[in-house]
Amino acid sequence: MIHPIPPGTRDVLPDEMRELRALAARLRDLFEGAGYGEVRTPALEYEDVLRRGDERAASAPFRLFDEQGRVLVLRSDMTIPIARLVASRYADAEPPLRFSYFQHAYRAPERARTSTEFLQGGIELIGVPGTAGDVEVLALTAESLAAVGLRRHRIGVGDGGLYRTLLAELDVSEEERLPLLELLTERRYVELEAHVERLGLSQTARDLLIELPRIRGGAEVLEHDAGPAAAAVEGLRALHAGLEDRGIADRVIFDLGLVRELDYYTGAVFEVYDPAVGFALGGGGRYDALVGRYGRDLPACGLALDLQAVHTAQAEEERLA
Amino acid sequence: MSERLTIAVPRGNLFSETLDLLDRLGIDTSEVRSNDRKLLFEDAGIVTMRPSDVPTYVEHGAADLGIVGKDVLTEQSDRDVYELVDLGYGTCRMVVAAREGDDSLVESQRRLGSARIATKYPRTAASYFAETGRHADIVEVKGSVELAPLTGMVDAIVDLSDTGTTLRENHLVEVEELFVSTARLIANPVAHKLKADAIDDLVARVRERS
Repeated sequence: MIHPIPPGTRDVLPDEMRELRALAARLRDLFEGAGYGEVRTPALEYEDVLRRGDERAASAPFRLFDEQGRVLVLRSDMTIPIARLVASRYADAEPPLRFSYFQHAYRAPERARTSTEFLQGGIELIGVPGTAGDVEVLALTAESLAAVGLRRHRIGVGDGGLYRTLLAELDVSEEERLPLLELLTERRYVELEAHVERLGLSQTARDLLIELPRIRGGAEVLEHDAGPAAAAVEGLRALHAGLEDRGIADRVIFDLGLVRELDYYTGAVFEVYDPAVGFALGGGGRYDALVGRYGRDLPACGLALDLQAVHTAQAEEERLA
Repeated sequence: MSERLTIAVPRGNLFSETLDLLDRLGIDTSEVRSNDRKLLFEDAGIVTMRPSDVPTYVEHGAADLGIVGKDVLTEQSDRDVYELVDLGYGTCRMVVAAREGDDSLVESQRRLGSARIATKYPRTAASYFAETGRHADIVEVKGSVELAPLTGMVDAIVDLSDTGTTLRENHLVEVEELFVSTARLIANPVAHKLKADAIDDLVARVRERS
């Protein structure tokens, strides 16, 4: 008898489970060893509490009501619950605070991602601002990926506010900004270019809006004239210097077109790749305003890996080796 | 070139112009031209497939780049691929066409509240009618879509039209244009970063030579 399970979910049987456990155990040791204590939060949260963190995070695909009629949702990531946890459970604790997690998150299927339930393993560093915090998160991520066999991995690094700054400073009207950001998020460069051309901007503005988000590569890409986004690129240069000091600058690809879907990112944004698989293995970034929305004004940075995706990459790397 | 690229090439209307473009880029397509059964050409870095499969192979990273019509890309807009360049060839138009001298498209909307539309592009058609504030019952067909209105199954079709000959031969007339489709160069998101130099180099040569 075959009984259905909801689309986007699946059963995990012992052979796969053993490998997933081993992967998580290795990561857990590394995270704990670096001072990132593991936390667990409820799968269900109040919708209005999550919404405080990010409008989009609250548009969860699964929602239900409790006995008092309050709306509950399955969390769509772990970053927002941890921001909530920091404000309520660590209201007076001396920063920095370091947390790790291995938990399921739930999202509506979108584009290439067909899973609605997926296992995230990640770290959050709260209370270390700017480059120092970003470098710590990236270094631990790079070390962890290498330790689980993904020696060829790369981490894409951009600035979540770069294109928004360009749009605002180059006098693109408010109603035009969101469509352009969406085109860039989906990397529909052909339409982005056509759309920018229609705005009738100066040649300089036009070139910046079309060419800058196509640029990615090593530290040399940070030499480009970024116009009004110069401060963002300057921040990435500082990040590069910090990564060089830790000896992991060659792990990183600077990507001036990198935009993450969630709105809470305020600075550096990350995406993890491995050449053996065609999709990103995880991502994250700096979210300096999020914890403040829950009542503790602390800068923060984090990164989450999709463990199923990392496991697939491990298997592919083994096959290719 | 620093890294090798694999390109997904559609065996369809865009096939010969795509091979011409690749020749101009210095990619040897003679083996592809002389062998219409073989699918994988490792020396040239080319994989050939039916056009609607190109976004699939590129999304999964089996090919780093692909060449595909905007019609296919619009229909599969949920694919996680990067659209890099409008290659400018393979121009055709996505249109709504109805029976000549027949107003059933308008009449069905007016009296029945919805039009019946046959198409091979169900998502494109559904979103077009939704965006223009109309209801449509989409009937997906696989073969000659022109047959559907002639048999009275539907009021109109949404289909690609090149010269309009097929429409005319079947006594159909174009009533609306959805968009103009041309060939596009698409990239896998991971390859776009990990093979950035090779891809940018190819894109620059495409822009020079097309």
